[in-house]
Amino acid sequence: MFDNFVNLWHGFAVAGDPFNILLMVVGILLGVIIGVLPGLGGANGVAILLPLTFSMSPTSAIILLSCIYWGALFGGAITSVLFNIPGEPWSVATTFDGHPMARQGKAGEALTAAFTSSFVGAFVAILMITLVAPLVAAFALRFGPAEKFAVYFLAFCSFVGMSKEPPAKTIVSMMIGFALAAVGLDMVTGQLRLTFGSEELLNGFDFLIAVIGLFGIGEILLTMEEGLEFRGKSAKIDAKVVLRTWASLPRYWATSIRSCIIGCWMGITPAGATPASFMAYGIAKRVSKNGKNFGNGEIEGVVAPETAAHAAGTSALLPMLALGVPGSPTAAVLLGGLLIWGLQPGPMLFVEQKDFVWGLIASMYLGNVVGLIVVLTTVPLFAAILRIPFSIIAPVILVICAIGAYTVNNNVFDVVMMLVFGVLGYVLKKTNYPLAPLVLAIVLGDSAEEAFRQSLLSSGGSIGIFWSNPLVSTIMGLGLVAALYPMISNLLSRLRSPQPA
Amino acid sequence: MKNFHALGLGTLTALGLAAMSILPAAAEWKPTKPVEFIVPAGTGGGADQMARTLQGIIAKHELMPTQLIVINKSGGAGGEGFLDVKNSKANPHKIVITLSNLFTTPLATGIPFNWKDMTPVAMLALDEFVLWVNAQDPYKTAQEYEAAIKAAPDGTFKMGGTGSKQEDQIITVAIEKALGKKMTYIPYKGGGEVAVQLVGGHVNSTVNNPIEAVSQWRGDKVRPLCVFDQKQLPYTDKILGDLSWSSIPTCKSAGLDVEYLMLRGIFMPPGVSDEQVAYFVDLFKKVRETPEWQQLMKDGAFNQTFMAGAEFKDWLTKAETTHKGLMQEAGFIAAAN
Repeated sequence: MFDNFVNLWHGFAVAGDPFNILLMVVGILLGVIIGVLPGLGGANGVAILLPLTFSMSPTSAIILLSCIYWGALFGGAITSVLFNIPGEPWSVATTFDGHPMARQGKAGEALTAAFTSSFVGAFVAILMITLVAPLVAAFALRFGPAEKFAVYFLAFCSFVGMSKEPPAKTIVSMMIGFALAAVGLDMVTGQLRLTFGSEELLNGFDFLIAVIGLFGIGEILLTMEEGLEFRGKSAKIDAKVVLRTWASLPRYWATSIRSCIIGCWMGITPAGATPASFMAYGIAKRVSKNGKNFGNGEIEGVVAPETAAHAAGTSALLPMLALGVPGSPTAAVLLGGLLIWGLQPGPMLFVEQKDFVWGLIASMYLGNVVGLIVVLTTVPLFAAILRIPFSIIAPVILVICAIGAYTVNNNVFDVVMMLVFGVLGYVLKKTNYPLAPLVLAIVLGDSAEEAFRQSLLSSGGSIGIFWSNPLVSTIMGLGLVAALYPMISNLLSRLRSPQPA
Repeated sequence: MKNFHALGLGTLTALGLAAMSILPAAAEWKPTKPVEFIVPAGTGGGADQMARTLQGIIAKHELMPTQLIVINKSGGAGGEGFLDVKNSKANPHKIVITLSNLFTTPLATGIPFNWKDMTPVAMLALDEFVLWVNAQDPYKTAQEYEAAIKAAPDGTFKMGGTGSKQEDQIITVAIEKALGKKMTYIPYKGGGEVAVQLVGGHVNSTVNNPIEAVSQWRGDKVRPLCVFDQKQLPYTDKILGDLSWSSIPTCKSAGLDVEYLMLRGIFMPPGVSDEQVAYFVDLFKKVRETPEWQQLMKDGAFNQTFMAGAEFKDWLTKAETTHKGLMQEAGFIAAAN
């Protein structure tokens, strides 16, 4: 343990080099831009810039690339709050309360809360990496297919019955998502499913296309119907908004801690930042006393998913370094970079490449502090965007959405798909079907199905494998409780109510 | 920051222009815009790692006047990437790296393409396969492991591998045939994940490529039993204790008569000129001489056979027949074929 601190101190000396600090600022700015543009995700950004870093030392290079990653994590929140378009998968849950806040003219508060919670989440995750890295790596190894499925199961369950709409509508929406997720190659049998001989459908429906369409285009259609009135233009540009919001945040300490734990856990296992953000939002809604108001612009509804997403995004780097398994697509690209620099991620990296590992960990601390300062100074700037008349901003959003959809696979067909999803999103919203379960199912449906079938393969078809050890049983049990919670609480209140008041 | 970026781009353009003006007028063909490098697999896998290393080497040593851009098109077991190349007729600014899915995907899924729909450029290397078990398991040799599989009922031993009806499962079926026992094959998305599932004890063995499992071996988490090649690997650098790649026996010598090597080759779209193909053959010859490439070959214990032209085409024809035979025996051919 003490060794860790000595190493970390040494790491700070490496990361604190002025050139490296400059790289951090550059990386964060690039990352924010990448995060803002939907479609051009962190993974793409890192992949594009990877070759540029070969002339640097491995430590400087990974500092630059990981800062792009932090920047993208920060930046994903911006479009979610302002335009209801999640720039990254993990910011979908941020739109639920972030965008209503922007519509009420509180965009500055929402952005500050999002950025600050991101920072808190990341910081806790780094602390965890510093203190318990080897332990955590060992924990991650215990996750086989059954455990992974249990985690996805928990993520889905914490959604059913949680939304304002009746549970049946949530389930319908989720099932549409599962059906869309099933299109493409079936991983377990190696056969094509539901492609109807069409080459365009080989790759299935990309989550980003669906989200850009459902949220982005759907939102524009709704706003147009309401007479091009873009609520939120009353946003006041005020530098003090940051301080005012900060003063209110400590009230949500319980939500923060809970989200940090969920985030770290999801990042390590490696389920990733997306389920972490959904789960944290779902549970916060259950547990918080403001829960009823979630979805109408509750600041706690921004704090919960952002904290968890960032904690997960950061801790996802741990399995990559310690086990060689990337916890996120961006981590996968970073992993490729490590190999080119001659660093072999795996159990020996922490022993053989101390300078590099601790330099990286120290740069996580510094990078996130730098990141927070950079993004907070941009809050008033971004909030000001909402003052531009909607008739000007709408075409710009449309074009950005189209470019984003095209960038995902360099495919014009995806732009058409995005428009179709836009209409679908509009129809679902008008008929009060919640969009979030649909999105969750598209993102996780494939992985959940894969984990489920891998588990059954290894157990020879017995469902008992999901109750075969304490770890998996506990997670499954939590899932069932989450799914049945509305019924349980209903029952409890009925038991209580017969007594005369 | 934007200025900084623009400055960089400007410099690049200027360099590019300068490079072009130096060229004699009647020079052979050279790329005039960025070249797309299609990877018909996801990020982080063996093919992707090799493509990104190539991109790095070419950029670092300035082997090409324009940029090389890696694009992953993994849909339909790589079919998406291969169809893209097949449909980009006569476009010399596109190349694709192959895995065994060049042969297996059209056979298993019926997606309409064949290596003959593209222009073969060169074989860069062949990837080896090694039989791995968890280091905590008692099996020290392939013979001991084989005996354990034979002694247990069908399906007791679990083999983890990448994808379904692709190279890992083909090898698994060949092992089953050789031993006369069934194993349970569990497909995962990528080689790195497979290696970790083995370390975590969720499967009994894997047939990971060397580069996918080497770090776990160095950490003494997994143990190599035998290599699916005719002869032992030539690399003698120590990896764990006194062990090196060269100390792994061949599977054949251990009584498991299974051999399999995977192509890492480069193809171009159909209809490109001989001059254009020659440019890329020459480019990859230069890449092979760089120290970074040598290091990659050593780390991944690759078989460094290089082929181009007619020799490469002959090899491909033979490999296709072999795969058809293997897939047929295993019952992996799609109904449409």
